[in-house]
Parts: sequence; C-alpha cells; structure tokens
Amino acid sequence: MSATDVKEYIVRTKDLTKEFYLGGTVLRALDGIELDIRRGEYISIMGPSGSGKSTLFNMIGGLDKPTGGTVFIDEVDMAQLDAFELAWLRCRKIGYIFQTFNLIPVMTALENITLPMVFAGVPTDDGIQRGVQLLEKVGLGDRIHHKPSELSGGQQQRVAIARALANDPGIILADEPTGNLDLKTGKEIITILKQMNEEHGVTIISATHDLKMLDVSDRVVWIRDGKIERISSREDLQMRVGEVEGEEAG
Amino acid sequence: MSQTHAAKTGIQRQINLPWRQALHMSRNSVLIRLGRSVITASGIFLGSAFLASVLTSSAVLRGQPGGLEADQAARQIWLVVLSLLVATVGIVNAMLMAVTERYKEIGTMKCLGALDVLVVRLFLLESAMLGTLGAVVGTMLGFGAIALVYLIRFGSSAFTDMGVAVAFGKDAHSGAPLWLALLVTVALGGVLSVVAALYPAWRAAKMPPAAALRVEI
Repeated sequence: MSATDVKEYIVRTKDLTKEFYLGGTVLRALDGIELDIRRGEYISIMGPSGSGKSTLFNMIGGLDKPTGGTVFIDEVDMAQLDAFELAWLRCRKIGYIFQTFNLIPVMTALENITLPMVFAGVPTDDGIQRGVQLLEKVGLGDRIHHKPSELSGGQQQRVAIARALANDPGIILADEPTGNLDLKTGKEIITILKQMNEEHGVTIISATHDLKMLDVSDRVVWIRDGKIERISSREDLQMRVGEVEGEEAG
Repeated sequence: MSQTHAAKTGIQRQINLPWRQALHMSRNSVLIRLGRSVITASGIFLGSAFLASVLTSSAVLRGQPGGLEADQAARQIWLVVLSLLVATVGIVNAMLMAVTERYKEIGTMKCLGALDVLVVRLFLLESAMLGTLGAVVGTMLGFGAIALVYLIRFGSSAFTDMGVAVAFGKDAHSGAPLWLALLVTVALGGVLSVVAALYPAWRAAKMPPAAALRVEI
C-alpha cells in the first residue's frame, strides 16, 4: 500500500458484525459492514430507527466492541488498542455529538468545552482561551458561563459541537445530532457542521434519519437491517433532492 | 501511520487529570448540586448519628450505680449491632444512588477521553468529602444530643461515672472506651461512603461508554 493510500482513508471497517443478546435470542444489529471513509468527507449514515446506524456509530467511535470484524482508524486496528490508547483516541482523534447533547449538567458551557482539553493536558489558560474562541465560533460568545439547563436545545448542541472540536480531532461522529431539535434549529446545526467540515477539513460521520442532511453530505450510506443497502454519491443525491423538492412543489 | 505511532508512545503521560484539578472539579460538583449533596450527606449523617447516640447511651447507662442487669446489657449489645447495620445500609444506599444516577455523566467523560482511573478518582474525592462531612457532623450531633438528654437526667455524674461503650464480655467494664467507639463510628461512616461510591463508579468506568450512556435511571 502506498503512502497516499494510507492517507486517503481515515476510517475503514471490515466485515463488521455486532450481536446483542436479548432475552435468549440473538439480535444481529450489524451484519458484515464494509465501509471506507475518506479524510475530509461528510458522510451521512441513513436508515430507519433500529437499522443499526447507532450501533455502527458506537463501533466506529470505539464506544463499544464489535462481535466480529475490524474497525481501522488511520489504519490502526482499534481492537489492538489498550485502555490508554483507546482513551487517547477518544480524546484527541474523535469528537462526539449526541442526540441528547450529553453535556455535564453541573458545568458551564465553557467548563464543558475545556474538560476534554484538561484530559489532554492542555494548560488551563490555553484551554480557556480556546474554549472561548470555539464558543464564539458556534455563536455562543455571550453564553459561556451558562449551565446546560439555562440553554435551549439548539444552544446545547452548539456547545456539544464546540466540545467535540476542543482537541482538534480528525473525525467528528454525530449520532442523530438534529433528532431532538426543531426544523430551523436542526438546519442551523447542520450548517455549523458543514462549515467545520469545509474550514477545518474535519471528517464528519453522522448517523441520522434527517433528510436535511442530504444537501450537505458528500456520500450517504443507506443502512437497513444491519446491512449497507446502497451508498449514494453527491451527484445521485442532487438528483434525488431535486425529485423530492419537485414532488413537494407539485 | 508513523505519526499515529509516535503519538501513541507517550499516551500514559498525555491523558491526565492532576489531583489538584480533580479536587477542584469534585468540590465544584458537590457544591453545585448542593441540594442533592445534602440529601446524600444526610443519609451518612443519620446513620452515623444513630450509631453514635446508641453507643453514647450505652456507655452512660453502664456507668450508672449498679450498672446494667444481664438482660439490659444483652439488649444494649443488640441495639449497637442493629444500629451498626442500619447505619451501614443507609450510607451504602445513599452513595449507591448518588453515583448510579450519574452513569451517563461517566459515559460522557469516557467519550471525552477520560481514563477509568480518572473517573474513579473524581468519585473517590467527592465521596470522601461527603462521607467525612456527614460522618463527623453526624457523630458529633448524635453524641451531643444523647449527652444532653442524660446530662439533664443524671446531672454531671452521667459522664464522670461513664462505663465502656461496647461490652461483649460478662464484665460490664470490658470493651472499648466511648471516645474510641465514636472514632470508629466516624471512620466507618467515611470508609463505607467511599467504598459504596467507588464500587458503582468503578463498574461504570469499566463499561464500554456506549453501555454507560444507555443506562436510564
């Protein structure tokens, strides 16, 4: 494999399988997923609820262990990493965004954002400075000392995006980032994600069933029953979006 | 790949949470959810106060002229054992609940790159603060309240003639002196709080983050 090939793919999965045991029966949430994601891509993983997209999100993010198969992040097999290396990966390489925001409720917006920098050993002053910058970037410069309970859903998700970017990761993983938000706020969140993708070249992998994501995605991976149904490229998508809009207009 | 490899070599030093910073975070966590902290500390407080009052009462009664009848002495031992059990269950329950309702927070911290040991460290500090506070105040007030009652009833002789607190032998004066029994009460409250918090914290930290995030209370 040449050096450029190594650089090209930031995430690769090989025959990825995950089974859950529920009341004596085996549920196969993922069934042989093969997916290569290029550096700097904006990927949406689409599918109905229960299709396995959140499970795939957890596997790629190293939040759960697969039953079979492999996930490579930067060509490193995640199953080979020890606890320290896995923590390092979650801290520096991947930023997570969740449907339920998952901010620490007792911390202010700024403290939530500086926490991953504390774990990464960034000096306190530098962390605060960067935290304020990130909050300004997501449009919350005047809310830095507010607690999550004092912020709206959209504002909390912006804090979560800023937190995900804290250690300048190569990948942002988002699990239904617009799932708990209204249409307008959801659009704003998608715009911010796309902006980060374009400005910083961060790879965005988003599990979603929000069709608004289609507009900004480079590729869309359609998942059904734990298998990849098809992968649409940007060109296919533009056609589809056109069709959908045409239907709505008619 | 070489870049990733080079970065991996220094990982043990790279992911860190200095004690000073952990202490700061734990203190904030206790103070900010003050209402919840007070309830948890009250569980520890009540357990310690109950045990301390029973021990004090036992010691004072033992010192009275004539001491305790054999059946009274047996009842005192029974009371001490019972209060020990009540205190233990109360403290363990209070801490277990306080940590279990924060599984999601633990899962989130792990997503942000916290090592298991860092999560456990935060909960160690928090529970030690709450446990020590609850146990010290509880023991002091438990002792104080009962001491006041007997001071009114028997006068100052209640304390000059005080017997020993815990006697398992036939002789009413064998066993530990009250101050030692109270010291053990404080230590017990503190240690139980920390152990009862560390167990669920450790379990949550060991879970895959996805599982900890899924836990609904």
